[in-house]
Amino acid sequence: MTKEDIRTAFIEELLDIAPDIDPDTLGEDDHLQDDLELDSMDVLNLVTALHRRLNVDIPETDYPQIATLALAVSYLTARVT
Amino acid sequence: MGIFTMPSLGADMEAGTLVEWLVKPGDEVHRGDVLAVVETQKGAIEIECFGDGRVLELQADLGATLPVGAPLALILGPGEVAPEPKEPEAPAADTKPEAVPAQALADTPEVAPDPAVATPLPHGATAASPAARARASELGIDLATVTGSGPAGAVLLKDLEVRKPSAAIVQTASPMLEMRKAIAAAMARSKQTIPHFYLSETIDVQPALEWVEARNADRPPSDRLLLGALFVRATALAAAKVPSVNGQFVDGALRPTDRVNIGVAVALRGGGLVAPALIDAGAMSVDETMSGMRDLVFRARAGRLRSSEVTEGTITISSLGAVGAEAMAGVIFPPQVALVGLGAPKLRPWIVEGAVEPRTVVTLTLSVDHRVSDGRQAARFIAEFQSHIASPETL
Repeated sequence: MTKEDIRTAFIEELLDIAPDIDPDTLGEDDHLQDDLELDSMDVLNLVTALHRRLNVDIPETDYPQIATLALAVSYLTARVT
Repeated sequence: MGIFTMPSLGADMEAGTLVEWLVKPGDEVHRGDVLAVVETQKGAIEIECFGDGRVLELQADLGATLPVGAPLALILGPGEVAPEPKEPEAPAADTKPEAVPAQALADTPEVAPDPAVATPLPHGATAASPAARARASELGIDLATVTGSGPAGAVLLKDLEVRKPSAAIVQTASPMLEMRKAIAAAMARSKQTIPHFYLSETIDVQPALEWVEARNADRPPSDRLLLGALFVRATALAAAKVPSVNGQFVDGALRPTDRVNIGVAVALRGGGLVAPALIDAGAMSVDETMSGMRDLVFRARAGRLRSSEVTEGTITISSLGAVGAEAMAGVIFPPQVALVGLGAPKLRPWIVEGAVEPRTVVTLTLSVDHRVSDGRQAARFIAEFQSHIASPETL
């Protein structure tokens, strides 16, 4: 799975949870909670969806490492086999 | 059980639009079954049955906006006998057992229009049932372009259904604006009629946070808990201990209840707020509370709540979430009599066993209806809540 595939997967799962986000204006460094206004339930649902889709189990202590698109892509790329 | 009517889904609801039938004549129904879907200012609500019986007749048209109390269906209870049909055409719906539920209704009142009331049409006008005419006008469909299946080619409501992509899409001009209006009406009524008072306490949630972290460490994401589930559980236990903050104010008094149905305020993306109730939260474990909340939030955002969830809340919890202000004195959701407002968790210097330590704290503000309780009961609720959060294994 390429970095681009992971990026696409992350964006798709994010949009599934927050359909009002415009993928064209989604910034690399937009913060899931501070900028995109996801709440803790949304973040948990995103982590659950990524676990199901990419088979990467993100522990709670690592949540800060997926807090933006840029961070998440590099974190997930390192863990997807 | 008689006539099933358009229910009131909140004190400020005047009417709802019937968008889907999930039953048809002849179906057995049981208490809690979803019979129909009604579009309201709060989104689409699944309307549940209040008792057991069998559907005799559907009496309302899909797409019709009906006032609260308007008849929707005739449902016979066990042992009840169908009344004599007033008109020979009444059982017409039964002649189409293959009809899908959505169409069964549309057929019922229209299959055999009373010829006595048929008036000659002006030259050039298209024959159509009154319901079809109203619906066509709403949808902007020219009746002359529709092939009618009724008597003498009259256009019936069901003929219009095939022209629409989905019978379930019946929206007012701006759902968000409608929801804003519903919130405005409920909140204005609350502040005009409920004499609120407020008690606050800042609570050390460090033990609860650590307990959640430990529980979640070896669990997959789908089974993880949120601190919010502990707050809902603590509210359920505290409300059960202090009945004067739990229930609904009806006819000038608090109607007592032994069930705790906790309204969970859910912010909708794009604006707006709904507070559906987690029914019988008092009887749930922490894990059941969490999965119930996940389901409730999902359906609130998808616009698919049940009528009991929007009408039977006994106390509401409103939380500012992980980031935000540290305290909130909320407005009680009528006809309830209390609201638990939780600020965002904050790291603060705290005195623990005589020494200052950094701890994560949350400020709880209980809004209470002074008509039914006083500061003493409110303080007791907060003390109960606090003791459970301090010992999360008791939740």
